[in-house]
Amino acid sequence: MKFSEQWLREWVNPNIGSQELMDQITMAGLEVDGFEPVAGEFSGVVVGEVQSVEPHPDADKLRVCQVSDGEQIVQVVCGAPNVRPGLKVPFAVVGAVLPGNFKIKKAKLRGQPSEGMLCSESELVLSENHDGLMELPEDAPVGQDMADYLKLNDITIDVDLTPNRSDCLSIKGIAREVGVLNSLVVTEPAIEPVEAVHSEVPDIRVEASAGCPRYLGRVLRNVNLKAETPLWMQEKLRRSGIRSIDAAVDVTNYVMLELGQPMHAFDRDEISGGIIVRMAKPAEKLVLLDGQEVELTEDTLVITDHEKPIAIAGVMGGEHSGVSEKTRDLVLESAYFDPITLAGKARHYGLHTDASHRFERGVDYKLARDAMERATELLMNIVGGEPGEIVEVASDEHLPADRTIDLREQRLADVLGMAIDRTTVEEILTRLGLHIDKLLKDGWRVSVPSFRPDITIEEDLIEEVGRIFGYNNLPVTEPTGSLGLVAREEAKRPVSAIRNYFVAQGYQEAVTYSFVDPKVQKLVDPERDGIALANPISADLSVMRTTLWSGLLKTVAYNQNRQQPRIRLFETGLRFEQDGERIDQQPMLAGVVVGGQYPENWANGRRTADFFDVKGELEGLFRLLGIEVQFVASQHPALHPGQTAELMRDGEHVGWLGTLHPQVQKNLELNGTILMFELFLNSIVTGYVPNFKEISKFPEVRRDLAIIIGSDVAFADVERVARKHAGERLTALRAFDVYEGESLGEGNRSLALSLFWQHPERTLNEDEVHSLFNGVIDALKEELGATLRS
Amino acid sequence: MENLEQLVQDGLSAVESADSLQALDQIRVEYLGKKGVITQQAKTLGKLSPEERPAAGQKINEAKGQVEQAINARRTELEKAAIEAKLASESIDVTLPGRGQDLGGLHPVTRTLQRIEEIFSRAGYSVEQGPEIEDDYHNFEALNIPGHHPARAMHDTFYFNPGTLLRTHTSPVQIRTMEAGKPPFRMICPGRVYRCDSDMTHTPMFHQVEGLLVEKNVSFADLKSTVEEFLRVFFERDLEVRFRPSYFPFTEPSAEVDIEWGREADGSIKWLEVMGCGMVHPKVFEYCGIDAEEYRGFAFGLGVERLAMLRYGVNDLRMFFENDLRFLRQFR
Repeated sequence: MKFSEQWLREWVNPNIGSQELMDQITMAGLEVDGFEPVAGEFSGVVVGEVQSVEPHPDADKLRVCQVSDGEQIVQVVCGAPNVRPGLKVPFAVVGAVLPGNFKIKKAKLRGQPSEGMLCSESELVLSENHDGLMELPEDAPVGQDMADYLKLNDITIDVDLTPNRSDCLSIKGIAREVGVLNSLVVTEPAIEPVEAVHSEVPDIRVEASAGCPRYLGRVLRNVNLKAETPLWMQEKLRRSGIRSIDAAVDVTNYVMLELGQPMHAFDRDEISGGIIVRMAKPAEKLVLLDGQEVELTEDTLVITDHEKPIAIAGVMGGEHSGVSEKTRDLVLESAYFDPITLAGKARHYGLHTDASHRFERGVDYKLARDAMERATELLMNIVGGEPGEIVEVASDEHLPADRTIDLREQRLADVLGMAIDRTTVEEILTRLGLHIDKLLKDGWRVSVPSFRPDITIEEDLIEEVGRIFGYNNLPVTEPTGSLGLVAREEAKRPVSAIRNYFVAQGYQEAVTYSFVDPKVQKLVDPERDGIALANPISADLSVMRTTLWSGLLKTVAYNQNRQQPRIRLFETGLRFEQDGERIDQQPMLAGVVVGGQYPENWANGRRTADFFDVKGELEGLFRLLGIEVQFVASQHPALHPGQTAELMRDGEHVGWLGTLHPQVQKNLELNGTILMFELFLNSIVTGYVPNFKEISKFPEVRRDLAIIIGSDVAFADVERVARKHAGERLTALRAFDVYEGESLGEGNRSLALSLFWQHPERTLNEDEVHSLFNGVIDALKEELGATLRS
Repeated sequence: MENLEQLVQDGLSAVESADSLQALDQIRVEYLGKKGVITQQAKTLGKLSPEERPAAGQKINEAKGQVEQAINARRTELEKAAIEAKLASESIDVTLPGRGQDLGGLHPVTRTLQRIEEIFSRAGYSVEQGPEIEDDYHNFEALNIPGHHPARAMHDTFYFNPGTLLRTHTSPVQIRTMEAGKPPFRMICPGRVYRCDSDMTHTPMFHQVEGLLVEKNVSFADLKSTVEEFLRVFFERDLEVRFRPSYFPFTEPSAEVDIEWGREADGSIKWLEVMGCGMVHPKVFEYCGIDAEEYRGFAFGLGVERLAMLRYGVNDLRMFFENDLRFLRQFR
């Protein structure tokens, strides 16, 4: 809501400066978004009068004018099309300084001397209008300083109102607040009923009373719409961000700004029969004032005549029934439309108007008649005319009920944390326009005025008292409460421990968008469809990720394009999957690695990270979490078919580790070998609580063996067979060498293993170990076709 | 006996010139060993009278002592030199960089979230999580934002279908927490939120932390201290905080919180909006089955990126989600 400070001060004029005034209303909850002067900074501009206009001898578009500045007549060369004898215009005399520090000097234009300049609105930064000279009223006093004449010592204040404060969408409402804050009485213009001089009344029928509980109409006959809106009104509108159109529109806008009641004026001759307020019928059409044709939907409240819609109620009027210079008789509308009925309707038609903004938030449901009288009076002062009686159609059943609310003194003190004395409370409520109906034993019975639809419960009154008293005048106390202890699961590690682990392993955490490019998504997870947003911000952020890889790989591309060859990233967050009716939202942990395993320096070498580097880091994580995870050779559409492991915990799938498939990598335009993993966080965070075992005092025995075995036999199988036959005293089994070479024959590799045995209560004897060791060797030979390497 | 002194002199000079521990040991054997030249002098004692023997014996012992002392001193010297030589040969360039893995780092949003979580969990607040794809009821209706409410327009919601959306704030976790438990409550909910808005100062995804405290006797004054203390603890500064009346459908009274952030040209405080807060609206309690006459509560919500930008001097919101390594590495 934009308004002029001067206009506000006509209603209530506290003895404080502009800045303090703005601070005050900001701190009352009407946040001042900004302010600007109502005109550019200039000097030496006076009301001038054009005495004569002659053609320029050497230029078609220029005219040579004689202009009076009140003291003398000087020659000015001017190019504006609307310059004419008798016109009063802003005249920048020689020595004037216009906005932008533009100095006016004596000059010659195409050989003709020119002393000064006639100005447009844009040259004085009054508006953007530069379609010619600004035309001043005939009664403008020649020679008067323009800044004084237009009272330009004023600012436009822009208040960003919260949606509950519809009462402040008017000068009247803001003035009320300022009055309360400064304990001043607010001066309202006197509104008197305008007496009817004829008996013509509009025929009004309201068929949709729920949407339109109150509708007022009045006929104003024989108006002269060629009459200009007075400059003072134009200026007030302009300073409130509204352009002057014609007297009828200007007056309805003026009343809306002044009192908060949106109104509309119809051309009576274009209304066929009478006015009917109803819901739109299917496929009804209406050309609006802005020229666009809309097809109305049945949930739209419309104003119609006996043939067709003539306005969308509370949003915008129709072009056909709108007023023009030729309009002779007017029908004025002032109504209360139901906010819920109007909610979202303007937006549905791609509109947002001053009227819809107000009606959606709730207009004072008792204001329509006053507004009608005020508009009639203002309009008659400009365009003359003969007023008729007001016709009012109201449905008490559908109008908001008058509310009374009890405010308890104790509750007020409990919520605010401080007791406020009764007189202060009563003064605040009363000045806000609330009425104290009755003093109760423990508080007050308050009736809420029709302009405050936001106040419905006791807490609303408490807020009003707190707000005006000042939140910053309330005390500051520490909350008290129970000090109960909270359960902590020891076996469950916090996600922060996992993050810190990866940070220590050289990974940088990334946070990528949860919605991703469907094309990337299709490449990294072709078997699942991401859930699509109905209204995405752009096509490349339009589906929910089914894997964190989509965002991480995009991040790799982003950084590779910025000369970052070594990238190690991880992310935690939800991935989303449609699971029948349900949406599955699972917290994941994912990572990508590309480039050198270690930062390049003299000692680290330049080895590129490979599968086993990342596997080792994951194994470290699993030890940290206290869990056992198997890496099973598997296939994943986005991963290299020979370098993919499915991660299993107790037979349950917990994630993937692998190298990005070279084809996918090419499609995503990425460089290098890219290792990726993704794990279900919930499946890995719970490990175990340590359980002490006695440390054996007896020696541990180690035996090494080397076997030659088919390359297609997995180490995991070798380990499984060895463990099966090594007996219960085996404490560890390690592979300490893996070798493939021509000497072993095609398709073979050599594995060197060491096995460790220990007994908790005695020394193992040589024979026992020997027989277990041989058992392992025999089993490897028989079950896996291994041979001992000599 | 006359040559005893000479022997000592010879021995001392031999010790002096010994250049290795081995040579020194040879000298020890030569002079002080069983057959050493000074040891051998003891045999001459037999030829002396019993009266002369003690004095002569003492002289021989003194001579032995003298040489032995010299040998020990020389040994210490040589040993020290040997160690020094070994150390000198082992010297390395300690200024070369170390071997091994570099350190990664947390994202600045996580860093900020962890800091906020730590501050509140020490005051007994639990950390709660909720779904990001939410239903209309939890995101709006139970927070006293019915379908027609103009506040919905402030939210720029991403929808999947009319009843399913991406949560626009972390406030629905308030509702879920209150539905699932019994008061009192003391919780925060950090997490991702989404608004259909993208420009210089808006990203379609960002992070919030929601806080909720429900007790039998809690007031706006308690809310003030919680918010003020949090901001001072977070920024590690005794900054000015002010509470400005505002509007959220789920709190009443409601306030925006501004902090002092520099000075205007005229010396007045420059205020910066950082949080929203208020007393839990009775309607919200009603939706959650809590008696608003018995319990009261306060709630607050803050934008994590906003706080991170202020704390670390980041000047472009969008950088948080570009994940440029040169940006991320600054926060480890």
